Amino acid sequence: MRRNFLVKILTVLLLLVTVSASAFQEKKHEESGSKKDTKQEIKEFIKHHLKDSHDFGITSYTNDQGEKKHIGLSLPVILWDEGLHVFSSSKFHHETTIAESKGNYYKIYHGLVFKTDSKGTITYDEKHHPTNLKPLDLSITKSVVMIIITALLMFFLFTNLAKSYGKNGGIATGAGRFFEPIILYIRDDIAIPNIGEKNHGKYMSFLLTIFFFIWFLNIFGLTPLGVNVTGNIAITFSLALLTFLITTFTAKKDYWKHIFWMPGVPVPMKIVLAPIELLGVIIKPFSLLIRLYANMQAGHIVLMSLVGLIFVFKSWLGGTMSFFLAFSISLIEVLVALLQAYIFTMLSALYFGFASEEHEHDEAH
Amino acid sequence: MEGLNFIGAGLVVIGVGIGIGQIGGKAMEAIARQPEAYGKIQTAMLIAAALIEGIGFAALFAA
Repeated sequence: MRRNFLVKILTVLLLLVTVSASAFQEKKHEESGSKKDTKQEIKEFIKHHLKDSHDFGITSYTNDQGEKKHIGLSLPVILWDEGLHVFSSSKFHHETTIAESKGNYYKIYHGLVFKTDSKGTITYDEKHHPTNLKPLDLSITKSVVMIIITALLMFFLFTNLAKSYGKNGGIATGAGRFFEPIILYIRDDIAIPNIGEKNHGKYMSFLLTIFFFIWFLNIFGLTPLGVNVTGNIAITFSLALLTFLITTFTAKKDYWKHIFWMPGVPVPMKIVLAPIELLGVIIKPFSLLIRLYANMQAGHIVLMSLVGLIFVFKSWLGGTMSFFLAFSISLIEVLVALLQAYIFTMLSALYFGFASEEHEHDEAH
Repeated sequence: MEGLNFIGAGLVVIGVGIGIGQIGGKAMEAIARQPEAYGKIQTAMLIAAALIEGIGFAALFAA
């Protein structure tokens, strides 16, 4: 009884902290006597937070002298530009100064590292995009740190769960217990119906990893740390690329036959169908990538705009209503986090099922 | 005309709304006909809704 009560208190506290922390962080921004219009400042804040950044900034505030103080970690910047340059991103001073390393000068503009000269000139083209050279950026950015943390979390969680089976004779104990029904659900309701009993074992590890990885990353994106990992098109691109590679390289002969020479269909139709199916091979993983990216990005934008709305309405009523609106949207976002992970996994399983399907054909397929 | 972007975005949202609304309505009818299949119908409905929303978001980003 006591433990149940504690859990409830903790949950309520966690929810309150999550929502209010992000709101309070912005309050300090605004009280600094902004010279800019509030809406403009909110837009820039949102843009800055949705991008990946080279330092793990927890929060920032402006102290009494009007200077901006940032709290957070500076992550290492690793560049490959005819030689390895490694330095801490604190040299960039939050995108204001030029960093110098082994004779090359670098400057960050909107989150990307550019090579400049000692004065820090950046040449723009007509569309106001910089045309400086970019070194190969292999830095440990905020997203990379989050991915590493999530990977370690998953690793420890699931190896402990697996070990607990051995220690306890077939019954799971410990924190991983919550995940056992989910794992079974993925096997019984996602993998087996789509891939079939025979081959599903091969793909299970990938499906499980993808599901929990996307789910945990989405949930981390909702916390006030402000890490928007799955809303980054490069990351969803890599995940979709993995699905594509696995479908291509474990595909059986029937799969390719279905694409290029669909059996059971008259020859003119076969020739018409081949390019369409070929396009489909590319478009299916592409839709996976876009779906996850756009859902997460749009969710974050909406959420942060609503929280920003609190500061546009400088009144009690408007502020409170915006707060509750933001809170409800947060709850929907929690659902969307799980849903998007589930959809990604299910569609990947579907594609694997197409690839590894083998059945006898008669002409009336 | 710069405003055409927003008209396009509005059209996308109308399309998504109609699509998901149709799915939801048919799903409700199906559940009413056979209440035991509630779980399966709900799963199928969510899958279809997520697919439609995926296209919707992609188009929204392009607009």
